[in-house]
Amino acid sequence: MSVLINKNTRLLVQGFTGSQGTFHAQQSIHYGTQVVGGVTPGKGGQKHLDRPVFDTVSQAVQETAANASVIFVPPPFAADGILEAVDAGIEVIVCITEGIPVRDMIPVKRIIDERAASGRKVRLIGPNCPGIITPDECRIGIMPGHIHKKGNVGVVTRSGTLTYEAVGQLTALGIGQSTCIGIGGDPIIGTTHLDSIRLFNEDPDTHVIVMIGEIGGNAEETAAAYIKEHVRKPVVGFIAGQTAPPGRRMGHAGAIISGGSGKASDKMAAMCAAGIHVCDTPAVIGETVKKLL
Amino acid sequence: MKIHEYQAKTILSQYGVPVPKGRVAFTVEEAESAAKELGGFVVVKAQIHAGGRGKGGGVKVARTQDDAARHIRAILGMQLVTHQTGPSGQKVQRLLIEEALPIEKEFYLGITLDRATGRNVFMASSEGGMDIEEVAAKTPEKILKETLEPGLGLSAYQARKLAFGIGIPAASVNGAVKAMQLLAKAYEDTDASLAEINPFLLTKDGRTLALDAKINLDDNAMFRHKEFIDLRDLAEEDPLEVEASKFSLNYIKLDGNIACMVNGAGLAMATMDIIKYAGGEPANFLDVGGGASEEQIKNAFRILLSDDAVKAVLINIFGGILRCDILAAGVVNAARELHVAVPIVVRMEGTNVQEGKRILKESGLNFTVAEGMKDAAEKVVAAANGK
Repeated sequence: MSVLINKNTRLLVQGFTGSQGTFHAQQSIHYGTQVVGGVTPGKGGQKHLDRPVFDTVSQAVQETAANASVIFVPPPFAADGILEAVDAGIEVIVCITEGIPVRDMIPVKRIIDERAASGRKVRLIGPNCPGIITPDECRIGIMPGHIHKKGNVGVVTRSGTLTYEAVGQLTALGIGQSTCIGIGGDPIIGTTHLDSIRLFNEDPDTHVIVMIGEIGGNAEETAAAYIKEHVRKPVVGFIAGQTAPPGRRMGHAGAIISGGSGKASDKMAAMCAAGIHVCDTPAVIGETVKKLL
Repeated sequence: MKIHEYQAKTILSQYGVPVPKGRVAFTVEEAESAAKELGGFVVVKAQIHAGGRGKGGGVKVARTQDDAARHIRAILGMQLVTHQTGPSGQKVQRLLIEEALPIEKEFYLGITLDRATGRNVFMASSEGGMDIEEVAAKTPEKILKETLEPGLGLSAYQARKLAFGIGIPAASVNGAVKAMQLLAKAYEDTDASLAEINPFLLTKDGRTLALDAKINLDDNAMFRHKEFIDLRDLAEEDPLEVEASKFSLNYIKLDGNIACMVNGAGLAMATMDIIKYAGGEPANFLDVGGGASEEQIKNAFRILLSDDAVKAVLINIFGGILRCDILAAGVVNAARELHVAVPIVVRMEGTNVQEGKRILKESGLNFTVAEGMKDAAEKVVAAANGK
């Protein structure tokens, strides 16, 4: 079992024929993901990587019954790409694009929240994220597939390479993962730490959860409060940015400590208080999980 | 992107928010003529990006032209130290000369993103002129908030709730409501990530104006705001950071002596953390991105090493898409070309890692190869300490 995606997931690639879209679609196909086609406006009717290209997402959904999509569209057009996927009825939308203006994401977030509240199955992962992978079944995004191993640890993080670091440690210790979700480093993201924790908590095949956060915002504190109340599975945590200076944007737009909030120490304290096994350094994430299994 | 107070006020006044009469000055002569034009009773304000300018001595009221001349000469060119500049301070190279106004009361207005809801939130407080973070910590009930409905901006009724709520007198409420709505519109149109008027002034004759203004712009939206590109003041930024930004490198200078080069922001932060944990101090944050080219790696190296404090370098790469063999080749070439003299510890993991390690080993250069982040941090701290 896994969360959100599995071997039956039918994936579309928005921005299919661009260099990023092409490269990562190839990687996903090679990993065994069912990539059923792609969208590039103006190139409908062509074939790319042996799959059909469509002009619009809704056309693509009608023809291929796709239920997930991954977006490799440049920042000025990416929010529109997400809305197009929502409109076409896609259930899991993964937006890789980095650098989308916050103003563009505000209406996107509102529309997705409204659709979800009225009972539609729709979920955005990202933007500015590495994607989501269920090992040996389905890879959506830009992560290196080969470092993953099938198993029972659910991983949720805000960053890309730090996720790989954690996954790499787990796999090296022979510990597999149920699903790994990279939720993204932007101030406005679709799926949060809390959403991911809920999903892993309900997944019978996830036995341990790894939650990796970073400075900025209070998403980790919110998730920690939920974990304290509702989660009986062991949770391992880490916060990146303990040494970051306040007021500076540390690569991710979301990673800014502002006015005393969003500090690593506050997040770690909240996580410890919720019974989460907080790692002092990123080097011990794998070992800490091993002790709990 | 941060901009100066006078630039923020220009934007606000273009939207119709009332601001005091004022002029920016780059020289003593310009400043004195501005003071004269405004009648001598003026405020001389240092224009630097950091906050806390008043407490640091960068804002002075002048009663007369002579007074003004004295303040201008004292402030222009001074090394202004505030709680946000760090101990070395920031050199004042621009002044804003503004008419002084009779103050009845000062309020706070601000707008920013509430990440929890994904909406913008407008804040107003009766406690103007103070550090709003301090107000939030001590008397949070004194900050009133209204969430902006996407597409609608700040509605008049919301602005009225805020204006009456913070105690703006009935006769001045209409003006304040209009200013609040215009502030919200300016914030949204310019893709700001923060817009603040602190203090928002009520004059003795009942007018409301932006006495100070701060706007931060969303870097990600600059592609559609070519008009703001010239507002960037490179003198306010670290020269190495300016250099790094030319090559799309995310670099932030810090105070330590261990340089680090990492791919990915999260891993870069975690690398800084583990250096500190191992007893060292990171000299910088540097994210070379997921698909760094050999050219970028070379430039990254050059920038890292131009910081004289650096005693050792840690390269921590988790190669996914970026293959370790390509990275290793890039690092070897850069180290050769730049004649790197400080010890370099390399930790690589991921795609083609064996080949990458072989390239490093056979280069004949002084690389220390580490296994895992803990080992890497310990080795680089030892190297920086000359061990």
